[in-house]
Amino acid sequence: MNRVINLLVVCAIVAAVVASFGYLELDLRALIGDGGLGQMGAYAERFLHPDLSADHLQAVAYGALETLAMSGLGTLLAMAMGLLLALPAAGRFGWPLQSAARLLLNALRAIPELVWAALTVLAAGLGPNAGTLALALHTSGVLGRLFAEALENAPVEPAAAIRLQGGGQVAAFCFGTLPNLWPQLLAYSLYRWENNIRMASVLGFVGAGGLGQMLYTTLSLFQESQASTVIIAMLVLVLLVDAFSDVMRQRYVRA
Amino acid sequence: MARARDPAALPRLLLTLLAVALLWPGLQLSELNPGVLLQAENRKQIATFASAFWPPAHDAEFIKLLYEATLQTLAVATAGMAFALVLAIPTSLLASRALSLRAASRGGRAGVWSRLLRMPVRGLLIFLRSVPEIVWALLFVRAVGLGPTAGVLAIAITYSGMLGKVYAEIFESVDQRPAHALLQAGSGRLTAFFYGILPSAVAEVVSYTVYRWECAIRASVVMGFVGAGGLGQQIDLSMRMFAGAEVASILLAFFGLVLLADLLSRFLRGRLA
Repeated sequence: MNRVINLLVVCAIVAAVVASFGYLELDLRALIGDGGLGQMGAYAERFLHPDLSADHLQAVAYGALETLAMSGLGTLLAMAMGLLLALPAAGRFGWPLQSAARLLLNALRAIPELVWAALTVLAAGLGPNAGTLALALHTSGVLGRLFAEALENAPVEPAAAIRLQGGGQVAAFCFGTLPNLWPQLLAYSLYRWENNIRMASVLGFVGAGGLGQMLYTTLSLFQESQASTVIIAMLVLVLLVDAFSDVMRQRYVRA
Repeated sequence: MARARDPAALPRLLLTLLAVALLWPGLQLSELNPGVLLQAENRKQIATFASAFWPPAHDAEFIKLLYEATLQTLAVATAGMAFALVLAIPTSLLASRALSLRAASRGGRAGVWSRLLRMPVRGLLIFLRSVPEIVWALLFVRAVGLGPTAGVLAIAITYSGMLGKVYAEIFESVDQRPAHALLQAGSGRLTAFFYGILPSAVAEVVSYTVYRWECAIRASVVMGFVGAGGLGQQIDLSMRMFAGAEVASILLAFFGLVLLADLLSRFLRGRLA
């Protein structure tokens, strides 16, 4: 019986794949034959000569720095907002606030960064400011939830000991709970920062600054050689971040 | 005594100052100013846009459009994954050390040559997955025109890079002894793969593939923003027309789709893995 169901599932998957190709009416023959592949090759060839003039390199470096700044500040803002929302979401202030905070966190998290960026560009105008806010909004949803879970799992004894000694609520939180929580919060935030650098480099497609905006404008102006430099810069940024976070993880997380 | 309450106060203060000094240029670069959201003019604009969110657009014509866009998003993700698998399976076999004849006879350590020969394949996979999928989509929109074809190709390329790398690693992480025994007994590499490695790797491979399909759905929504069809393109169009009600119902459709994909992927993983 189990085998029959599994077979049916596999058949359903194959049918779904065939149906998707049918629905999209992908004209593969036109894509590959009929000069389609040649056309694509000609288009790709225009990317083979990246523009390495000093002026353009400087502009790209500025864009890369802007991307880094957007991701860093977006993540920092998100850490602050996430922690603020995580306290009620972990049930520190009673259940009505808890469910409200959870709902808010879910809503923040469910909308992808790019949609947030399109919204913030409408609200705050073009430029890196909109991108930073978009990253902060989405990431605070993600971090808030992770922080809330970390808070719920943190040991209560140190804080309780401070309270019993006569310390205030704030002192108990800062000196009893936070020291235990800190490494975990930092690890989550670093992980999200890594993600955000990647996101920040594409948020520019909707006008939110950084490398993405450069890529979008250069491609729209058919300046493929300039665009290819931007793509290389993105690639380098991503690879550097990967290597950096690998080193950080091996040094600080596993130890 | 009252002054020395927190012995770590000074270093903490210095660290904070250092962090602020490092972040200050970033603040300038990112032009961060949440205050603009509160300016009277912008506030009015946000308010009018957001007040149009309720009720979400639900006339029959728009629902039909939404249904088509949702189906298109699903189809783009599925077709893209199918292409990605076609590319990822051979490359993962080429990139994986698990089927190296030399490794089989040397207790799992590949020789210098077999490592060097695998380098280009690994490099290709890194390149494919390091360029974000939306950049590929942007490029393909210019190469093959607006529409879902660009989305399918973008997903195929990025995800073949990810799947190829992860498959290769899964093949290397399972017990190598059956495959080595088969290889040393003189079987072909494909036979060794099918009878020595696949049986112990299949569960992980299936579960990762289903998870990636779920990610592909989310990615194909986002890729619509650069003109690759589906729900994303609808959101982009509606936002440009300041049609808040339409944006709201598209977002609702998107949540529904993600939820559905989540449930379906959990079911498939439980069933097949």
